[in-house]
Amino acid sequence: MTQNTMQPDHNGFFGSFGGRFVAETLMPLILELQAEYDAAKQDAEFQHQLAYFQRDYVGRPSPLYFAERLAEHFGGAKIYLKREELNHTGAHKINNCIGQILLAKRMGKTRIIAETGAGMHGVATATVAARFGMSCVIYMGSTDIERQQPNVFRMKLLGAEVIPVTAGTGTLKDAMNEALRDWVTNVDNTFYIIGTVAGPHPYPAMVRDFQAVIGRETRDQIMEKEGRLPDSLVACIGGGSNAMGLFHPFLGDESVKMIGVEAGGKGVATGKHAASLNGGVPGVLHGNRTYLLQDEDGQIIDAHSISAGLDYPGIGPEHAWLHEQGRVDYVSITDDEALEAFELCCRQEGIIPALESAHALAQVAKLAPNLPHDHLMVVNLSGRGDKDMLSVAHYLGDKFK
Amino acid sequence: MNTVSRLDQRFAALKSENRPALVTYITAGDTSFESSLEILKGLPAAGADVIELGMPFTDPMADGPAIQKAALRALEAGQTQAKTLEMVRAFRQHDQDTPLVLMGYYNPIHRYGVERFLSDAASAGIDGLIVVDLPPEHDEELCLPAARHGINFIRLATPTTDAKRLPKVIENASGFIYYVSVAGVTGGQAPTPQRVEQAVGQLREHTQLPIAVGFGIRSAEQAATIGRFSDAIVVGTALVECIERAATPRDAIEAVHDLTRELAAGVRRAR
Repeated sequence: MTQNTMQPDHNGFFGSFGGRFVAETLMPLILELQAEYDAAKQDAEFQHQLAYFQRDYVGRPSPLYFAERLAEHFGGAKIYLKREELNHTGAHKINNCIGQILLAKRMGKTRIIAETGAGMHGVATATVAARFGMSCVIYMGSTDIERQQPNVFRMKLLGAEVIPVTAGTGTLKDAMNEALRDWVTNVDNTFYIIGTVAGPHPYPAMVRDFQAVIGRETRDQIMEKEGRLPDSLVACIGGGSNAMGLFHPFLGDESVKMIGVEAGGKGVATGKHAASLNGGVPGVLHGNRTYLLQDEDGQIIDAHSISAGLDYPGIGPEHAWLHEQGRVDYVSITDDEALEAFELCCRQEGIIPALESAHALAQVAKLAPNLPHDHLMVVNLSGRGDKDMLSVAHYLGDKFK
Repeated sequence: MNTVSRLDQRFAALKSENRPALVTYITAGDTSFESSLEILKGLPAAGADVIELGMPFTDPMADGPAIQKAALRALEAGQTQAKTLEMVRAFRQHDQDTPLVLMGYYNPIHRYGVERFLSDAASAGIDGLIVVDLPPEHDEELCLPAARHGINFIRLATPTTDAKRLPKVIENASGFIYYVSVAGVTGGQAPTPQRVEQAVGQLREHTQLPIAVGFGIRSAEQAATIGRFSDAIVVGTALVECIERAATPRDAIEAVHDLTRELAAGVRRAR
């Protein structure tokens, strides 16, 4: 893969995906953000600050852990877990939030807004806003508020205002619409911290860069432990930021196979899923062209997944591009398969994964048994499952009576 | 295109009358195809000079609650891009003069297929397009192809569009320039006339195109005030709210036309 395909063009396109499909009111803001981000990338002081907060506040580097019991259980590949769930706030989301809040500070912004699905990005945003003394408003779908109560409370505790979004189906896409409406109204003081590798350019590339610390660390860690690159990488995908963070530093290494796992909900054939690449077609939403769940008339179809964090009808544009290039394999895992893997990880490794990450583990369950013992597989354990206790109790409750 | 567009003709005629145009917005198919078509057909007689017809979309991120709900009502009633074009064809059987502009978001056009959409829209009698999420950076997507089909592409300029950016915004625009009077979504706070007048003055330094002002204009009084220095005023949310409040389709049709008549009186006393 050439360098060209790894960076978007001047209009923010990865191939035909990406771009800056926003209202004119937001264009000057997005261009300013891009200029500031380009400058920050070259600024040693900014990079120094970022490294400092990643280390002393987030707790990086996160361990690359040999999941010996899971590997034994599957009887095939040697499985490593990249422990992003051990980060401060319990997921990979804060890697990006720290980067963006430093940028917000640099730009003199005083008010932070964000959308959230599972609430992990909302919590991470509320956390950094508290740390940097900025006011914070989080938009969250009313359906998600119901199923992610602990995270709603965490955000409020951290001083954020959580605004329920009842429009549409009250999930992540509606929260993102509402955040964009806030931004277009509060153009002077507000910084929008988008939580995934989607949205208008420069967000997809910028969020990817802040998350790429996952892949860079993995590279060093596996070299140290095994003396060679991994054979495969597995990560779950909603918008796709944890996957892009893990994958991106390896894109140029042809020997490294990559598997992105979409949320198959009740099964892609049922129409009740969140698998944009496996069940969608290209379109334009939330500032970028990408694969979307939509009907024949171009109306967006609501996604379905047991995992609120994957419950989004689109996917980051760079993933759409990698899909068309055939560089990454995109597969889907159903709600039931994810729940099974969730339980297995709890029992075998004593780690309660987020339901999102359980989708990646379910794919490992399919692949690992058929691979040789010397196959090195790295799975991004993108978040911890504490937030999912209520949902999981709902699905598995009877079992534990 | 050698032919003068309906928009050019209409604005030229109003210029000679020395009054601003009244541009009215409704969402196509709100609350049904039939009642929406009735509203549409009666708008010119009620005093609308230019008609904006909204193409409903599930995720209208530049719109406030009123127009969001209108889009959902229309979709619920089964409105599609094809039906919106059908509505335009039906309108054109009785009216060959009133300029009709489609307004909406890119995805439904993208899905329909850009070339197919433009050729169907041109033959249906569409004069212009306002597509909120297509800034000039993406002119090759729809703006330039539309010009090849003789369809005007109306560009939005906003309070955040600075003098440096303005030439780019205006470059491929045609029909008129739509000045978004407040940073925000449709149906929000009322604009400050002095600030809008200043902005319109600035726009005139860069373009000969007529300048319409919209967002937050609801009353005949505001129409008269803003219409003093602009070439058109746009009212959407207030009309859409008439439909939302109406108890029956008949009430909705009457309420929209009544408000249109009031607004038409407003633009007629602007200067």
